[in-house]
Amino acid sequence: MSRPGLLSVADLGREGIVELLHLADSFAQVAARPIPKVPALRGRTVATVFYESSTRTRLSFETAAKRLSADTMTFTAQTSSVTKGESLRDTVETLDAMGVDAMVVRHASAGVPARVAGWVRAAVVNGGDGEHEHPTQALADCFTLREALARRGGGQPADDLKGLRVAIVGDVRHSRVARSDVLALGALGAEVVLVGPPTLLPPSTEGWGVAVAHDLDEVLGEVDVVYLLRIQAERLREAFVPSLEEYTERFGLTRARARRLPEELLVMHPGPMVRGVEIDAEVAGSARSLVTSQVRSGVAVRMAVLFRLLARAEERAGG
Amino acid sequence: MAERERSSAPRGAPLPARRSVVMDAADVGRVLVRIAHEVVERNHGTSGLVVVGLQTGGVPLAERLAGHLASISGAPVPLGRLDVAFYRDDLRIRPVRPESVTEIPTELTGRVVVLVDDVLFTGRTVRAALDALADHGRAQAVQLAVLVDRGHRELPIRPDYVGKNLPTRRDETVEVGEWGVAIRGTGE
Repeated sequence: MSRPGLLSVADLGREGIVELLHLADSFAQVAARPIPKVPALRGRTVATVFYESSTRTRLSFETAAKRLSADTMTFTAQTSSVTKGESLRDTVETLDAMGVDAMVVRHASAGVPARVAGWVRAAVVNGGDGEHEHPTQALADCFTLREALARRGGGQPADDLKGLRVAIVGDVRHSRVARSDVLALGALGAEVVLVGPPTLLPPSTEGWGVAVAHDLDEVLGEVDVVYLLRIQAERLREAFVPSLEEYTERFGLTRARARRLPEELLVMHPGPMVRGVEIDAEVAGSARSLVTSQVRSGVAVRMAVLFRLLARAEERAGG
Repeated sequence: MAERERSSAPRGAPLPARRSVVMDAADVGRVLVRIAHEVVERNHGTSGLVVVGLQTGGVPLAERLAGHLASISGAPVPLGRLDVAFYRDDLRIRPVRPESVTEIPTELTGRVVVLVDDVLFTGRTVRAALDALADHGRAQAVQLAVLVDRGHRELPIRPDYVGKNLPTRRDETVEVGEWGVAIRGTGE
């Protein structure tokens, strides 16, 4: 059996999330130092196993592992024996036999990290699976919001986001980020409204604990945070949105739209951004944008996750 | 963190009430003033000094020591705090929860650091602290001040300033608070 990993935000619960955020506070401090590295995971090996392209998530996990002094291995499907037909199971079992302590798995199909966890002894971290979940992104987003609110309020970061209203805008239906964020933000007490054309929203949001809206301008006056999701052109065709231009007109955070917004409204995006479609380039770089803060938070929360999973020795593979 | 150094008894185990106070609050106060004078004497003043308290027990003592140094020399002395959780060599045996903060107020390169802790026991916390300090710059020298040296060192580490040498048994616990210092035995 696999050692405990992180497959879904739902596994953490409120307490698990708060514990990781506290740990991430310490690691954010480490990142600000002249030598941003601690020896906590010396001798551990973390492998990133990516069957789907990604820059920021993979680099973020590798940076996190290195700042904890763990060794890292990188597996990407494009440069591996996958092209020779090696099965997923063979691949992860091979890595496991090499004594890897944690695997960060990304795959285009939902549920793959959970399957892998059943095959290996290493701790498995979900680095994004299909349209299912992306738990570390949600942790990074919570960390970012909590810090932004503390900066604004001038106090210590709080342990919840009670009363905060967040609009998640765009292709929620196909978004693993949205799914994980709904769970995490909800667990911390934030109110979430999903915004998009009906064809890009989930067929049913029963049990999600969220509101749904189809008019961005109506929602913008009532929220504290706008979280924009990436729009993929091919999804639009499936969704019967006639063109990117029309999407931008109705659901993009354009310059004109941003100008009408209250100054304190915050803007987030998980990246990679399609500037000019869901978000205007100038808005993305403006003072209200938390995009670079999200990237920074990503490293801190991933350090927290790896530390939490690997600092214990008991179930070390191979004894 | 420093707490781990004080006792080898398992945490949360019921402790019988055999407890003897060896220093009261006034004793601790006098010892800190004396150590402050020793620091000034040894370093020919306080210029270039940084006082760094080890989380958690060393922090309040470091604050008081820095206060005494400032009043002796007439100039403020930079004060920092150090959490060594990520540098411990026993993480794998008993992972700790780093809850406290590290704050080093100034670049350490070229400065003399006075590390402050409440109880010196195995020396492993200090070893971790030396590693952690090195990541904040290359100090010209590091000196160690402790309120209590209870012995049982496992590493070649020696304090420069000692409030009180306190012979203990390994299985005893040394408790430090605002009220002073006490030894708690493990019962008959």
